[in-house]
Amino acid sequence: MNTDKLGRLNIDSTHYTTRISRKYAERAHFKKANPKHILSFIPGTVLDILVKPGQKVSRGEHLMILEAMKMQNLLKAATDGTVKKISVKKGDKVAKGSVLIVLE
Amino acid sequence: MALQSKIRELKEKREKLLLGGGEQAIEKQKALGKRTARERIMSLLDDDSFNEYDLFVEHDARDFDMDKKSLPTDGVIIGTGTIYGAPVAVFAQDFTVAGGSLGLMHSRKITKIMDHALKMRVPLIGINDSGGARIQEGVNSLAGYGEIFFRNTISSGVIPQISVILGPCAGGAVYSPALTDFVFVVDNISKMFITGPEVIKTVLGEEVSMEDLGGARVHSEITGNAHFFASSEEECFDQIKKLITFIPWNNSRKARPFEPAEPLEKFNINKIVPDDPTLPYDVRDVIRAVVDKSDFFEIMELYAKNIVIGFGRMGGKTTGFVANQPLEMAGVLDVDSSDKAARFIRFCDSFNIPIITLVDLPGYMPGVDQEHAGVIRHGAKVLYAYSEATVPKLTVIIRKAYGGGYIAMSSRHLRADFVFAWPAAEIAVMGPEGAANIIFRKEIMSSDDPDGTRRQKIEEYKQKFANPYVAASRGYVDAVIEPSETRKFLLHSLAVSENKMIQLPEKKHGLPPF
Repeated sequence: MNTDKLGRLNIDSTHYTTRISRKYAERAHFKKANPKHILSFIPGTVLDILVKPGQKVSRGEHLMILEAMKMQNLLKAATDGTVKKISVKKGDKVAKGSVLIVLE
Repeated sequence: MALQSKIRELKEKREKLLLGGGEQAIEKQKALGKRTARERIMSLLDDDSFNEYDLFVEHDARDFDMDKKSLPTDGVIIGTGTIYGAPVAVFAQDFTVAGGSLGLMHSRKITKIMDHALKMRVPLIGINDSGGARIQEGVNSLAGYGEIFFRNTISSGVIPQISVILGPCAGGAVYSPALTDFVFVVDNISKMFITGPEVIKTVLGEEVSMEDLGGARVHSEITGNAHFFASSEEECFDQIKKLITFIPWNNSRKARPFEPAEPLEKFNINKIVPDDPTLPYDVRDVIRAVVDKSDFFEIMELYAKNIVIGFGRMGGKTTGFVANQPLEMAGVLDVDSSDKAARFIRFCDSFNIPIITLVDLPGYMPGVDQEHAGVIRHGAKVLYAYSEATVPKLTVIIRKAYGGGYIAMSSRHLRADFVFAWPAAEIAVMGPEGAANIIFRKEIMSSDDPDGTRRQKIEEYKQKFANPYVAASRGYVDAVIEPSETRKFLLHSLAVSENKMIQLPEKKHGLPPF
């Protein structure tokens, strides 16, 4: 069998010559969640922003209303901090997983 | 004379109804590259074998001026017929009548033929081509779907159920195919989704075409909802007919036997598998080297290719094959391949089809994505399906059988009836490299020449464990055989297992790790 076009897969320190599936090649690599980054957990529309840059916020404080699936979702601070950056404005449509607000 | 005129009247009525939604609607259907519901039934069934029922059924809607409208046959054709002489029950939704939409009487026709199929213990084939619920009929339409899903579930494991998606199949409608055993799709014609592109765009702002969302390719390659992919309706019907030859009419029968035949000579079993366990080969060639006429009918060819499933005949009798595919992702078990294999094993077990398992895998797939996708739960399905199966189970360990993968792939411990291993088989907890790194970690670390020591220790491990004889010495492997003896051993053990009888503890039902 011609193995030129095949890839290599390491399982338990053994390197196998084999075809690599697209699903595996394009899999999302694991990233630890950063509690200072407020992400959109669902694609939707920014309905309202309740904080301003530089504002001190405490854990559980309301930061933003994200409308998705006809529901208004309150995004809350996962940790105490100061609003460092707001990356979106009212009315923006955001994809799932986009960074909306950064705390520091 | 009176009778003559009544017969004439019947003929006229029939002729009109046979046109479904009328010539204009038929032209529209053709322009989409689709056949009409009636043509589909005719191409699927043996010539002149179709008996149609409920041709004269009309819809029952009264609101929204529907009472002034006539919907001939109410948009679905039902009946019975034969495929290569085997009886089947069929329904085909007719898109030319109100877009094949499902109202109360439409659903009653479908459930009538489903009830017949179950009562008469014959396979059910449903051809789906429908815009969905008939909104004017409100909750009656939903009730209709529910009645269909219920029957799909009750019939599951009693009669084979086949769904053919030849048009849209959206919203709740998709759950009927999902409950059936085999789903057939055709490129550019089949569309299946719970929520369509328009809703997704309005609600989520994501833009996607019907084809990219739920086309034939998507369901064959990504979701695993479809089992057979065809490029044309004609090819699709050929696939269905071929499938019907491999499966029995119901769970109290066996598939009809064919004339036994030898495999083709061009599949030489001695020349397919490389000695080096890290090198790939196409395991389907091994299957072709042992089955009658080398005719292997693969299922879910495009999904989770790291495991191969399908039917072949051994000495004329239908046999299910499950095989790790070293050519794809080294043949690992992962979430998708476990799902694929487990469901097939359960089909074979339900319908009295012996299972031959060909083993060559490095184990379960490592990775955060796999763990988080639930490889524990999904991987367990393979163990469950093999353990619970009472049909004859034959296993051939071709090369690697490492770790949990060894146990899962129809091992003796899950009650395989006969386990054979080729001389190059390696049955161990893991591959020599990984094992040596763990067992001899201290020696390797403290050595002046760690690489040399590692190589030496790997070699030691290989000598000691990377063979079939340790497992054979415990009786976990029944016989170590030459590759060229495989067909002979399999045929013999299938013959011996013909009247296999085991009794599992009585229970209402088990709880497979769905």
